[in-house]
Amino acid sequence: MSTKIGEVIEASTGGFVAECYELHTPPPLGSVVRTTDGDVEIYGIVCNASTESIDPGRRPVARGKDESEEENIYRQHPQLSRLLRTTFESLAIGHGQENEIRHYLPPRPPRVHSFVYLCEQDEVRRFTQSLDFLSILLNSKGGSVDEMVSACLRQASHAHDDGRAFLVRAGKELAVLLGGELNRLNAILRRIRL
Amino acid sequence: MNESNAQGERLGIVVGGSLTGGMEVKLDSATPIEEMAVGRYVVIGGLRSRFFGMITNISLGTINQQLTITPPDVADPFIAEVITGTSTYGKLQVTPMLTISGDAVSLLEGPQPVKTVPAHFSEVREASEQDVELVFGREDDKHFYVGTPLDMETKVCLNIAEFVKRSNGIFGKSGTGKTFLTRLLLIGMVQKKEAANLIFDMHNEYGWEGTSEHVPNVKGLKQLFPSQVALFTLDEESARRRKVSPDYVVQIGYDAIEPEDIALLRETLNLTEPAIEAVYQLVREFGEEHWLEGFLNLSGDEETKDLLKNLNIHESSYRNLRRGLERLRRLPFLVPHARENSVQRILEYLDRGMNVVLEFGRYTDVTVYMLIANILTRRIYAQYRERTEMAMGEKADKPHPLVITIEEAHKFLNPSVAEQTIFGTIAREMRKYNVTLLVIDQRPSSIDDEVMSQLGTKATYLLDNEKDIDSVLMGVSGKSELKTVLSKLEAKQQALIFGHALPMPVVVKTREYGSAESYKEFGFRDAAELKRKTEEEIKDLF
Repeated sequence: MSTKIGEVIEASTGGFVAECYELHTPPPLGSVVRTTDGDVEIYGIVCNASTESIDPGRRPVARGKDESEEENIYRQHPQLSRLLRTTFESLAIGHGQENEIRHYLPPRPPRVHSFVYLCEQDEVRRFTQSLDFLSILLNSKGGSVDEMVSACLRQASHAHDDGRAFLVRAGKELAVLLGGELNRLNAILRRIRL
Repeated sequence: MNESNAQGERLGIVVGGSLTGGMEVKLDSATPIEEMAVGRYVVIGGLRSRFFGMITNISLGTINQQLTITPPDVADPFIAEVITGTSTYGKLQVTPMLTISGDAVSLLEGPQPVKTVPAHFSEVREASEQDVELVFGREDDKHFYVGTPLDMETKVCLNIAEFVKRSNGIFGKSGTGKTFLTRLLLIGMVQKKEAANLIFDMHNEYGWEGTSEHVPNVKGLKQLFPSQVALFTLDEESARRRKVSPDYVVQIGYDAIEPEDIALLRETLNLTEPAIEAVYQLVREFGEEHWLEGFLNLSGDEETKDLLKNLNIHESSYRNLRRGLERLRRLPFLVPHARENSVQRILEYLDRGMNVVLEFGRYTDVTVYMLIANILTRRIYAQYRERTEMAMGEKADKPHPLVITIEEAHKFLNPSVAEQTIFGTIAREMRKYNVTLLVIDQRPSSIDDEVMSQLGTKATYLLDNEKDIDSVLMGVSGKSELKTVLSKLEAKQQALIFGHALPMPVVVKTREYGSAESYKEFGFRDAAELKRKTEEEIKDLF
């Protein structure tokens, strides 16, 4: 059973933002998460996470000047965990319907308040059998696409029995997709080598 | 047999090319380029038919020019593995040669010459053993197994029935294996009984025993097929020394030598043009049969001078001719009157379907070889011609096909003498009279172009002279591709064979010869085995 980690609070066709139930525990960068829209399961890759004040007008203030340990701050100000929240962004990279996984965007975005689960290893393995989602990732806008891609592949490699073979296969796919962008290719390859 | 074996391993896909220039094949990343080799066979799976082709070039490609300027960090095995086959890849050039259609009719007709090319991205596989067998046939009563293709165990078979219908050539530098292959092909012809052979064996290699660089001595034709081969010799003494018992000792009478024979020997006997003219004058004086005897008996006295004056022969020409012909007189097998007609003897043997090996013993001089080969062949030619013409008239049987094997062929067939010698005629037109040649030579460029172009099947070992290569490959389609293959042959035992008797050019590693097993494959039984077999048969009888 996969772990429920949060809830969708903002959704669009290309991705969704979810809030974590636990402060400071977003899923790792590049991990595969799943949410639903009715009977359609929507898969996403975590591409960004942030922790900030619930009220955008009230920024947190520094409180630990006289404390020796960080944890004491939260112990002494228990309200903090209610005033702050951790959210993460995911890129939609595929969906599943009737037990079939498709590596392209879902017809509709998830509903707000849909639950978000962190995928288990065998689900990750099933989803990453095909590497078609890489082109969606590489074409996404944002600052650290390459970091996300390499993080995603590194994590997915743990789900496969032969992690190296998976990475070589993924690397070859990248080499084709990034045929004209050798520097990007080299940067990603250096980040995923074992 | 499982699927992968039936199909051969996948190598890559077709990405471009043309019928004349060959197909361009991109190798799969899993295919190691260093394991490819020119001359190897591949099968391209088109939509309707399969194409059988040969690898003629191998090259490297990159997806992006920048890679060649800033190479990736290939010291890292992971990066190296990823880059191989994607950003950088291997390319093959494959020349399609034959098509094998899938439908029943074309299966019966067998592989056809290629007239189109496979579509883009057709799958390219290594040719499997079945594919090769489909193309080159199975060893049967017409097909003779000559060797195996590169890196394969399949047998490449030569269609002997087709082979003997044309003149053929075996070329290659000295020491590459010409004699070896010739011996094999002769065995093939003897075994399949498609033609009788007359072999002018200059170095005594084919008859009783031959030499090999690996095994001390290998069995010759006579030992393998004692009942089908007759051993003739010019030099009984040499045969006795080699402990060989010839079937017949050849003697040639002076009357057998014609002016054309002397004309052919002009260069080797160092004769001048007027001296040759003088020979014809002498024939007019003494007659065709006695001119040589008559000339050699001239004593040089006044009478001779008068004769020369009458015949308009200059003194210097006379001396020149005398010097040359005296050399012939010293040859012990040339006698004023032969006790028997050797040509007739040879023909009798050939008529019975026997194969005749004529050993030259110690007389390995080119002059002797050319003289004897020319004299005998001219007469055999005349007889065959006569008989074929008779056969045409009376609708009787044509004479049994005859293959004449000659070594140092460029001496007979070079442009200056090819017109005069009988071999030139045979190579050009004797196919109609059921006589063909098997020429063995190391300088194919010295052979007359017209003769070269008439050769049906050519087998060539490594050649490194540009002119020789050009002349062997003259007129072959895909010449430049074959040239690459030819120049990359190994120095020994690998031959490129192409032409009439084969559906497509093939590089073969010639089959093993010289071991007891190989003899057995040719049907040779040693004494103990023969005895046992006979005993068994006797037992069966009673």
